Amino acid sequence: MRKAYGDALVALGKANDKVVALSADVANSDFSFMFEAAYPQRFFNVGIAEQSLVDVAVGFAYSGYIPFANTFAFLFATRALEMIRTHLCYGKANVKLMGAYAGLSDSFDGPTHHSITDVAIMRSLPNMTIVVPGDSVALAKLLPQIADWKGPVYMRLNRNEVPVLFDESYSPQIGKAVTVREGKDLTIIACGLMLSRSLEAAELLTLAGVTARVLDMHTIKPIDRDAIISAAKDTGAIVTVEEHSVIGGLGGAVAEIVCEECSVPVKRVGLRDCFAETGPYDAILEAYGMSTEHIVEAAKVALQAKRH
Amino acid sequence: MHYHTEKLVRDLTIRALKYRIDVLRMVKNHQTGHIGGAFSAAEILTSLYFHHMKLDPSRPDWQERDRLLFSKGHACAMLYAVLAHRGFFDPNLLLTFRSFNSSLQGHPDPAKTPGVEIAAGPLGHGIAIGTGMALALRMGGVKPSSQSAPSARSATARVYVVVGDGEINAGVIWEGMMSAAKYRLGNLTVILDYNGIQQTGATADVMPTEPIADKWAAFGWHVQEIHGHNVLEVLDALDRADEVHARPSVIIARTVKGKGVSFMEYDHRWHGAPPNEEQFASAVAELEEEIAKWQS
Repeated sequence: MRKAYGDALVALGKANDKVVALSADVANSDFSFMFEAAYPQRFFNVGIAEQSLVDVAVGFAYSGYIPFANTFAFLFATRALEMIRTHLCYGKANVKLMGAYAGLSDSFDGPTHHSITDVAIMRSLPNMTIVVPGDSVALAKLLPQIADWKGPVYMRLNRNEVPVLFDESYSPQIGKAVTVREGKDLTIIACGLMLSRSLEAAELLTLAGVTARVLDMHTIKPIDRDAIISAAKDTGAIVTVEEHSVIGGLGGAVAEIVCEECSVPVKRVGLRDCFAETGPYDAILEAYGMSTEHIVEAAKVALQAKRH
Repeated sequence: MHYHTEKLVRDLTIRALKYRIDVLRMVKNHQTGHIGGAFSAAEILTSLYFHHMKLDPSRPDWQERDRLLFSKGHACAMLYAVLAHRGFFDPNLLLTFRSFNSSLQGHPDPAKTPGVEIAAGPLGHGIAIGTGMALALRMGGVKPSSQSAPSARSATARVYVVVGDGEINAGVIWEGMMSAAKYRLGNLTVILDYNGIQQTGATADVMPTEPIADKWAAFGWHVQEIHGHNVLEVLDALDRADEVHARPSVIIARTVKGKGVSFMEYDHRWHGAPPNEEQFASAVAELEEEIAKWQS
């Protein structure tokens, strides 16, 4: 997804001369170096200093620019959190945070670099918007909307190539879920890479005679309440799937709404409140409960609960 | 450099004394707020807002304005008093400070108070945010109009940041200092309100920062040291800082926490404590006596 991000950021820079990019010296990791190559006068490397990265971006935002700050996802959510809370969320600075290497996608660098709590942390902040694109097409479609969006946005980016799900006809809108597969027995709600695995799981479930609706929840906040309530009412059971802790992220957000509005069984697929470990991406996802089979299993449990 | 008249110095000094009385009223009224650090910043703020900075109180969002980032947000009672008397909002609002429904929050909120540029209170943000603003202004985000007031100094807007000395314990201060130097931000001036006292004691004990001028110079900044309650020194230093090109500037203003009230000076217990009636009356009497001296 990195090259796609670099391409999309350059395209945005071409379309809008108020867009600037800031980096905490990982531009060759997150591919914001492509923006630097295209628009060197609008690119600023503040060094390995993530708190300063966000604050300098705040200065640009208050001066009428649209700053895209780039570093690893976990560093935004943990090291620079107070800057984000005070100036982006409370102070309404229009800064866009591009969280590279999100989830477990920087698998070989290990748990110090994995980002498994960022969505929960960001989601708890008033005025924050959170976007998790399902593939590179979604990323390219959503990035200009993020630039136009009034207020701070946090976007998760995957370090690795993810299956391409969409074509040019895909037209996501921030805050609106996309139904990517229809079904009546349960609904699988997913974001990011897990969307492709959820579609695979839905296909496998047909072998057991189960049809699953699959929702692309590319915006975790403001989340599409109506789509979740409809899913609960129409299908009676929900599985959430995310590359994140099951605490406080997509699963938490869906469970909160379902509990309040239309109580049906909800099963959350994600990390079970633990750190992962170093290793190949697929192997870690498998070992920590985020394989296609885990989604199928969760669906079966949800269906079982629904019958009772 | 400009010649500053005695009349100007007297005016700015008297304002600083009067606004200290406002701060006392504000903090006493709801028995909450920070006096010590507000008093140490008084002359710095009157010099900036009533003389040095290019601004228009009727247009707080004016693109060409100079920006003042009040990073030591806890001392905002003085900022509010200065902004009100400069015409940004009705001085009658000052007594609503820290009360429910007030536009004057406990710590500054740019959305609620005209003239406030950034949220502050969590310490350390001003220099890095000021760096971003100074970069943005230099990029031409703001183009001077032909109606700009003629001035000896550059027509482009400048960024001023007031930071406290306890505040520079924070790492992000030094991150911002490095970035400002890297980008050679001649349009950025930091004023360090060096009152020597932080919440629980002397800065020298809590977290030694000396030799602060050498440290700042080693980071690539233009450095001046002044007496921060001497208005003439403040004005001269601000002028000199404006003339520095291709380097950010810091003015280390040696100040006194609680300046102007004998029993509050140099005492960290007046960092965040409100006065009772007796203390209030005594403090106001001291300040009024000083005002009378300057007026005679």
